Amino acid sequence: MLDYPTLKIIWWLLVGVLLVGFAIMDGHDMGVGTLLPFVGKGDTERRVVINTVGPHWDGNQVWFITGGGAIFAAWPLVYATAFSGFYWAMLAVLWALFFRPVGFDYRSKIHNATWRATWDWGLFVGGFIPPVIFGVAFGNLLQGVPFQFDEYLISTYTGSFWALLNPYALLAGVVSSAMITLQGATYLAHRTEGAIQARTIRAGTIAGIVMVVAFIAAGFWLQSIPGYRISSVVDPAALPNPMSKTVVREAGAWMANYGRQPLLWLLPALGVVGALAAVVLMRARRTLSAFVASSLAIVGVIGTAGASMFPFVMPSSTQLAASLTVWDSVSSHLTLAIMFYATLIFMPIIILYTGWAYRVMRGKVTEQQIRDNEHVAY
Amino acid sequence: MISEQLVDLSRLQFAATALYHFLFVPLTLGMVWLLVIMESVYVMTGNVVWKDMTRFWGKLFGINFALGVTTGITLEFQFGTNWAYYSHYVGDIFGAPLAIEGLMAFFLESTMIGLFFFGWDRLSKPKHLLVTILMALGTNLSALWILIANGWMQNPMGAEFSFDTMRMEMTDFWAVLFNPDAQAKFVHTVSAGYVTGAMFVLSISSYYLLRGRDVEFAKRSFRVAAAFGLASVLSVIVLGDESGYTVGEAQQTKMAAIEAMWETEPAPASFNLVAGINEQAQKNDWSIEIPYVMGLIGTRSVTKTIPGIAEIKAKNRERIESGIHAVTALEALRKDRNDAAARALFEAHKADLGFGLLLRKYVTDVRQATPEIIQRAVDDTVPRVTPMFWSFRIMVGLGFLMLALFGTAFWCTLKLECGKRPWLLKWALVMLPAPWIACELGWFVAEYGRQPWTIYGVLPTHLSVSTLSVTSLYGSLAGFVGFYTLLLIVEMYLMVKFAKMGPGSLGTGRYTNEAHHGATAAA
Ligand code: HDD
Ligand code: HEM
Ligand code: HEM
Repeated sequence: MLDYPTLKIIWWLLVGVLLVGFAIMDGHDMGVGTLLPFVGKGDTERRVVINTVGPHWDGNQVWFITGGGAIFAAWPLVYATAFSGFYWAMLAVLWALFFRPVGFDYRSKIHNATWRATWDWGLFVGGFIPPVIFGVAFGNLLQGVPFQFDEYLISTYTGSFWALLNPYALLAGVVSSAMITLQGATYLAHRTEGAIQARTIRAGTIAGIVMVVAFIAAGFWLQSIPGYRISSVVDPAALPNPMSKTVVREAGAWMANYGRQPLLWLLPALGVVGALAAVVLMRARRTLSAFVASSLAIVGVIGTAGASMFPFVMPSSTQLAASLTVWDSVSSHLTLAIMFYATLIFMPIIILYTGWAYRVMRGKVTEQQIRDNEHVAY
Repeated sequence: MISEQLVDLSRLQFAATALYHFLFVPLTLGMVWLLVIMESVYVMTGNVVWKDMTRFWGKLFGINFALGVTTGITLEFQFGTNWAYYSHYVGDIFGAPLAIEGLMAFFLESTMIGLFFFGWDRLSKPKHLLVTILMALGTNLSALWILIANGWMQNPMGAEFSFDTMRMEMTDFWAVLFNPDAQAKFVHTVSAGYVTGAMFVLSISSYYLLRGRDVEFAKRSFRVAAAFGLASVLSVIVLGDESGYTVGEAQQTKMAAIEAMWETEPAPASFNLVAGINEQAQKNDWSIEIPYVMGLIGTRSVTKTIPGIAEIKAKNRERIESGIHAVTALEALRKDRNDAAARALFEAHKADLGFGLLLRKYVTDVRQATPEIIQRAVDDTVPRVTPMFWSFRIMVGLGFLMLALFGTAFWCTLKLECGKRPWLLKWALVMLPAPWIACELGWFVAEYGRQPWTIYGVLPTHLSVSTLSVTSLYGSLAGFVGFYTLLLIVEMYLMVKFAKMGPGSLGTGRYTNEAHHGATAAA
């Protein structure tokens, strides 16, 4: 069995992989949902847009579900503290997501313009809201979250929902939303042609530019936001107990990792360059490459957030010692090991059959196809 | 201290969202195998009626599946949002099957369902059948893993409490996996799903036969459903008994409540068919009994006794008193982990820690528990008998009623005359809700019967909740119920619409109602 400190690091990376996987896969469905009302004019065009993701959105959504499950298994304290603390934000995500399964599956089952328009907006909500909230959540993690533990490690969150919507967090929400919209645009451009594709590329260009500007702005702003640092000696092999350390809050702490490890600068660079490349490639109709570039931008952006905060996962602004870190909010050695091997076995299999599903369904979705498959298409 | 109102609302919300989820789950579990059967016949015979059957029933399956997914997402996150302390306390064990369920089952079923609907023209016949089979495998694996998680809540094994981390930690993954409760639950629950799927197809086919339309289509569907249903309902009943057996070993309390067994009876105990339960006096005013049966179900022997409620409470009182020492020692150890005396005391009473924690519902410092408080905690350890007793009997009664229906239906199809007995068809039609009622009541028995614990004997329910405000809970509960009810209405509307339209909704030109051709669409 791998030793405990190594597994703790591996799980930090794996959670990152799951988040990135979620943003790339479910992200492009959500981006398509966000774009739907704007790039699809008229019912048939909208159905073209919906059917580009029709066969895949459900499988992709499992990245989100499995991400939740994996955080539960590997970082139970994070699962508990974050989701109960961000209660209303989490419910808003769930309720927005409710629109998607029914939106996709029920929309075209009835021939009624109001019915279909309602579900189109439902799909928009399901695609637009979650990325904004995830971005806002990250923006708040970077500032610290007001929660504390009692002697039984029962956590209490003392902030309000509205306090989550502070300026920095909203900027992070813009980054996230634009990033996901760009991701959806590159995918949609790849699977459509003609007028829909042209509108998509225009919208995607805007999203890409907004994302780059907002991301750079958030980066500069971050330097003036006080970060967190563990001030006691860290024993990576210790049994997880968040209350056994001391933490200080100081300006520039989120930049410290970059000073120690300059190679980390590649991550924000990847975020910016990837997004710009995605825009350029998409405009040149090199849509598959654009999708890859946009996916790499996602790796860069999420990687940047992770690298800035490491080893923190969820700093507490009101009881500094309670801050959750990679070292002390994890599961037992045995559980981390079992879950690592389970992921090692299943992740490649999942990627294999997902790839097969995309291969089977490959090619452009056209208006002609929708008319020919009146009873099969969404 | 955590307010009781918060706990009650959190329980209500979990119950409501889980019960909604389980309106859709059993139909998915059962229908998916019927689709596999129908499509297999199509691939083997090439008869296109079987393809139409797969596609039409698949359409109804899809309408149901969408809400199965919608309601499932909530549950995946609700442990974190509403049961934060639970998630911390047992996440080390409980989180693993949930995550593996995602990796092993949800990805598979959700990827394959896309190909099932969109892949008809893009895959060869055998490949499409393979997709359907993998989808079926995915749904059933999902049931396996979630029931391993749930079985562990009923019978926690392979884990130990650690005072360093203040939580339960996994010591033996295989024990969690091969927990007999989980295995019994899995078999009983998926069989219940198969019954649900079979009843759905049987009822709707009966409707077509009663109207004399799409007869060739409906007769074949009826036949498949009758055979599959009969096998499944036998499995539910035989393995419901298995469920009873494991309940007997791990959760005698639940068993005593189900049976309204106030006092321990000499072996082998008799089974109360019906009884006038007097919760106040802790006795039955009257009862109709079947000798021996209870002892046989509960212990698989004629000599072992089954403890009654009074005996269970007496034992729990001792465990609560011992638990006080465990909690006291734990609090000392949290302050100083090198306190040798505290550690010795803790080791001696560790097994009763959960029972000591029961007192925290009434006092923050368990050493101050008065005899009245201890008595209240003791009374808490047995759920209310009346709802348990009757829910169980309705589930079992419906089980036998469905056995009779599927038995008759199967016998008629053997004689190839299922269309000719209107009384049978009408009977099948009115029985449509029966499996859903049985399933919901089954979950009620399993979950309410576990009270006052979330993890039996380990973690009391009232400690498990997130420290949210009561206002938040009212808001979210109203939101869930409102949202789900709306979605349920939409779903039922579509379901009824397409069921009435029948296979004509496929637009193949082979069935009744093709006038609707073009007026409707989609998978
Ligand atoms: C006995 C079976 C069973 C039970 C007890 C549960 N589920 Fe379930 N669940 C299924 C059987 C199932 C399924 C058959 O796999 C579903 C139902 C219909 C469907 O679409 O898939 C599903 C869907 C489903 C989904 C959506 C998966 C997807 O997108 O494909 C999630 C996230 C959950 N469930 C989570 C849960 C949680 C956290 C539960 C416990 C509280 C739970 N389910 C109880
Ligand atoms: C989908 C099928 C299920 C149904 C219909 C169901 C039903 C219920 C009901 C009725 C309650 C309320 C009991 C009460 O408070 O009196 C409840 C509570 C609960 N159930 Fe389930 N349940 C299901 C599956 C599960 C599974 C699979 C798990 C765990 C993996 C689970 C975990 C819980 C928890 C944590 C609570 C709250 C605490 C409690 O009241 O005990 N349930 N459920
Ligand atoms: C006729 C004989 C039956 C017997 C003896 C029986 C027995 C049981 C028992 C003892 C439980 C509680 C298990 C626990 O507490 O963990 C249970 C739960 C349950 N039953 Fe039944 N049952 C029968 C019929 C049915 C039928 C016909 C259905 C539905 C079609 C059904 C669906 C369920 C479900 C969904 C659960 C909850 C899941 C579980 O705990 O396994 N049962 N049953």
